[in-house]
Amino acid sequence: MAEGAGEEKKKFSIWDLPDVPMGQLLPHLELQRSRVSCNKDAPIHTESIQYSGAYASMGINNSSRLDRFSNNFRVEVVRLNEDDMEFDMIGIDAAIANSFRRILIAELPTMAIEKVFIANNTSIIQDEVLAHRLGLVPIHVDPRLFYYLSENDQPNEKNTIVFKLHVQCKRGSPRITVKSDALKWLPNGSELVKETRNAASDSSSKPETYTYFSCSQETIPEFVKNLIIPKYPDIIIAKLGPGREIELEAHAVKGIGKTHAKWSPVATAWYRMLPEVVLLEDIEDDLAEELKSKCPVNVFDIEDLGKARRRRATVARPRACTLCRECIKGDDWEKRVALHRVKDHFIFTIESTGALPPEVLFTEAMKILEDECERVITELS
Amino acid sequence: MEHGSFTDNSAATFSLTDEDHTIANAVRFTLNQDPRVTFCGYSIPHPSEARVNIRVQTTGDPAREVLKDACQNLMLMCRHVRCTFDKAVEHFKASNAVKALKIDSQDSSGDDSEESE
Repeated sequence: MAEGAGEEKKKFSIWDLPDVPMGQLLPHLELQRSRVSCNKDAPIHTESIQYSGAYASMGINNSSRLDRFSNNFRVEVVRLNEDDMEFDMIGIDAAIANSFRRILIAELPTMAIEKVFIANNTSIIQDEVLAHRLGLVPIHVDPRLFYYLSENDQPNEKNTIVFKLHVQCKRGSPRITVKSDALKWLPNGSELVKETRNAASDSSSKPETYTYFSCSQETIPEFVKNLIIPKYPDIIIAKLGPGREIELEAHAVKGIGKTHAKWSPVATAWYRMLPEVVLLEDIEDDLAEELKSKCPVNVFDIEDLGKARRRRATVARPRACTLCRECIKGDDWEKRVALHRVKDHFIFTIESTGALPPEVLFTEAMKILEDECERVITELS
Repeated sequence: MEHGSFTDNSAATFSLTDEDHTIANAVRFTLNQDPRVTFCGYSIPHPSEARVNIRVQTTGDPAREVLKDACQNLMLMCRHVRCTFDKAVEHFKASNAVKALKIDSQDSSGDDSEESE
């Protein structure tokens, strides 16, 4: 049998070559898999390599195992105030992080004013504009204590909060500004009397109002000492000139952000991936000064190398980098500085409007995702 | 709702109502990680209608079981994230409380009555 000139006598396997690592990705592939490279014109390698058989030919098992996820996943809280928080999630994928963000914005319930019964409005703000503004006022109450109000239900103390606003500006006095602290909570329910057709039937005690409270909301333990008030007392609702008056009653119900943005519990929630700035070669002296001055957020620092008097640039604060790409703009700078984003390190920021503290919001968002999964599982079974 | 063939149950399209990208993308991610899956994807037929079609093709296992396992994995992942997050928040609050105590003790040099050590 004539053998070709290039064929070797014994079988040759590429895996026998000494520098092919088994079970581990080559460095450039690892960079592709775990980092988004932010080049001058556009980012590349932005998709996440999730497919379980992705690196099968290299002998790497890319499928997830829950234990691997559990070991590698970390959360680090950077800042936690009453109204906002910033924390890092390391080891999670963009799909799940985005699901949490979507749930935080659109699917966490809150209480917001929905129906406004206007008895008298002689101000220059139109009725519907006034009602719209009232709906957007955030209310400082835990929505988990209330039930949803559907069309068939009657408004009662378990699903409605009633506020009253009665302001008037007397003739001769200067203009007044109606702020959100003018909204008074009515724990006993509505005080507006419904007009009934037959006057004779009203021989019994209470006239019918627009809500059917069986007991005062003040008796509920959470509200015994805390009044239900808007979170911020200085939101301007309307302005009244002399001789004008506003008298109205507002009913707040539970809803989610998907229906209307007034029910969204976060001012906003966002995440970004951790930026990584890598110096590909040593940058010294004048170039180092130039680099440091280029960056608008002071990511770079200059360190002095003692005796030789050379000054070298270092990356001091990569987390502050906004990826403005100023440092790779000129000629040749792309060879010296590389910008990446770490694909599984997310810096989450949540700003709450005040109904619930931000850490509680995040926990509730995760519970909602779990419940959705359970719903899908039961639908499938 | 499952659209598949009666003879071959390793490939099917599941149509879920009242869902959107929130759960579909997360389920697609966990499905992809499962080694039994050869193809998976989701689409939203029309943005005004809250319906998601998830397509699963496996290497032989029934598609319904694989999807159920993926949802279970997602639930377990969520639970783990929740536990880790709660622990991290507690740890942060505790370390902040300690820091506040230390700052207080540095400020009030003579007032030692309220310190707890």
